[in-house]
Amino acid sequence: MERDNRKMMEEEKWTLVIVPKTGFFKLDLGELWRYRDLLVMYIRRDIVTFYKQTILGPLWFILQPLFTVLMFMFVFGGIAGISTDGLPRPLFYMAGLLCWNYFAECMNRCSDTFNANQNVFGKVYFPRLIVPLSIVVSSLVKMGIQFILFLFIYLYCVLDGGATDVNSYSINEYACLFPLLVLMLAGLGLGFGLLISSLTTKYRDLRFLVTFGVQLWMYATPVIYPLSVMQQSHEKYMWLIIANPLTSIIETFKYGFLGEGIFSWWYLGYSFLFTVLIVVWGMITFNKVQRSFMDVI
Amino acid sequence: MGNIAIEFDNVSKQYALGSIGTGTLSRDLNRWWARIRGKEDPYLRIGEVNDRSQKAMGNFVWALKDINFKVERGEVLGIIGKNGAGKSTLLKILSRVTSPTTGCIRAKGRIASLLEVGTGFHPDLTGRENIYMNGAIMGMTKHEITRKLDEIVDFAGVEKYIDTPVKRYSSGMTVRLGFAVAAHLEPEILVVDEVLAVGDAEFQRKAVGKMQDVAKGEGRTVLFVSHNMGSMQQLCRKGVLLENGSVAFSGIMGEVINAYQRGIVTQREFTSMDGDPNVLQLLYASIDSNHDGMFYTDSEIRVYMKVKVAKQISSLVIGFNLYSSWGYPLARTDYNDSQNLTTLSPGIYELKFVILPYTLSDGGYHIVFDIAERNVKRYTTEKSNLYFTVLPGSSFFGNRFCEHLNIKSSLFREDWLDFLRKVEE
Repeated sequence: MERDNRKMMEEEKWTLVIVPKTGFFKLDLGELWRYRDLLVMYIRRDIVTFYKQTILGPLWFILQPLFTVLMFMFVFGGIAGISTDGLPRPLFYMAGLLCWNYFAECMNRCSDTFNANQNVFGKVYFPRLIVPLSIVVSSLVKMGIQFILFLFIYLYCVLDGGATDVNSYSINEYACLFPLLVLMLAGLGLGFGLLISSLTTKYRDLRFLVTFGVQLWMYATPVIYPLSVMQQSHEKYMWLIIANPLTSIIETFKYGFLGEGIFSWWYLGYSFLFTVLIVVWGMITFNKVQRSFMDVI
Repeated sequence: MGNIAIEFDNVSKQYALGSIGTGTLSRDLNRWWARIRGKEDPYLRIGEVNDRSQKAMGNFVWALKDINFKVERGEVLGIIGKNGAGKSTLLKILSRVTSPTTGCIRAKGRIASLLEVGTGFHPDLTGRENIYMNGAIMGMTKHEITRKLDEIVDFAGVEKYIDTPVKRYSSGMTVRLGFAVAAHLEPEILVVDEVLAVGDAEFQRKAVGKMQDVAKGEGRTVLFVSHNMGSMQQLCRKGVLLENGSVAFSGIMGEVINAYQRGIVTQREFTSMDGDPNVLQLLYASIDSNHDGMFYTDSEIRVYMKVKVAKQISSLVIGFNLYSSWGYPLARTDYNDSQNLTTLSPGIYELKFVILPYTLSDGGYHIVFDIAERNVKRYTTEKSNLYFTVLPGSSFFGNRFCEHLNIKSSLFREDWLDFLRKVEE
């Protein structure tokens, strides 16, 4: 009996125990905190290396969405003539793209975590979650720059008088939800990215799906069209668009900043719940896979 | 007993053979079904001992099987064994890059592992930025790195280039910088894989010296893996010999090295291919003697090579290095030693080298082939290494009083005596 006790005491002193499998959800947040410096450095590296040896530097963050908006104005607004809820087209597309780009970038880059970092992961241990987290944060910088661009376009449209009366696109109190919306976009991008990343280590099939899946997904999200158009012309499929957790986020953003769009606490609540679930699920899977992915990748 | 730093408790690691494809999905489903029914993983039982020379019967192999040993705090332990004995797998599990299949490792204190130098270096970042990045990956905090920055830069000898992107560095500078960061880690437990063989001779001396300091540091536990028995002997007091994934011997380093040498099979022929078929490739290599393949001190030892030169290379190297079994470099020979050649036109070449009788003393040796583009890339790897043991002379020639001595003052067979005559009665 006494010996058992001694053994117990001994056990308690180990600071690290490496076992084949861990529990269902054992996320070591303390460890993550210990590596916070690494997180900061990864974020910095992501941003700095993006524009190293370029002439325009961070300006590229602006040029990309700017040209996309111009293209959208021409193709969807000009040729196809899709309604923009009476909002100026650049403003409308920029609002949708701002949100969508952030989500898509987070998801795309997170879903490549294991694949892109196998050299580093194969040589040294640190909490693998650092990498996707750094992606989410560094993409935030990019989004911030695009948000400034959005504000400039906004200012331009207001000063220019706009096509419709000024009140129809005014910022209201729902714009205060913006931080929450960003958090949800980040969560969705991270969650889906972690899941895909974990699933593609062994079977790479999913990776092919992601590339064009993201493109298709954008069309299932009210980025280039307002939800109200959907409601009027294709009411049968409304539930499908609403089931897309991104829909209410983008609609809320447009409602808050531009005063147009469909806002409902129910829709947003659903998206929030969805986000929480996908983040938890993604982290569990990621955590499980990270322990042995080196053997199968 | 409270002084144990690391404890390996029945650690085993299984790997699947073959490639991952459609077949693995059905196995995964089988595994999953067994787990649902609460049964044991059906594939864990069909384990094989990891012996590369035998064809495996199952689809799985145990890279490590039931590893049990303890490392005391402050101990410097060397792990040796042949290629594929499981050394690196063991270190990988310990550094948590991969997890064990069964068993458990318990450790006290922070573990930092050095399986590669310069992990996570980004070519576009400057030397300074990479020091921070690399240090943080290894588990240092920003504050710690800042405190040691000058020391690291000084050790690597790159002051001038510290704000230049690493992609502009020579490969030697990159490696030195990587090693310098790693050498300044201060964990309780340090795990080091074959990384001492970096840089030029001067830096290597510096590296081993630094590792000795690290090893002697206050209460630090260090685990080394190396093929260089010389530096292992210098650095480690205790050792573990791995063979086919199991611990074959453990004890004082000298004894472990001896056990390892006894176990080395003579490898006299290399028949598969080593290198890049599109550039340079070793097609065949063997060693032979005029004594029916037995090597005595008075044997003429012949080394044959067959090399494919697929591309004209301006500074071509084809030759070999001779090492003592402890890893001391002894000699070096090349195809252009006496011929003043610097390159060969594409084609397949045969080479023969002769080591004259009475050149080598008795003991173990190995030949490391070196087929390379000078200062650019070496194409041969460890797999083509040849091993042989020289036995005391076939005739009774030789200083027979010295033979039983463990420590030889010279690895060469001294046959310098020119005459011995009686001049006066």
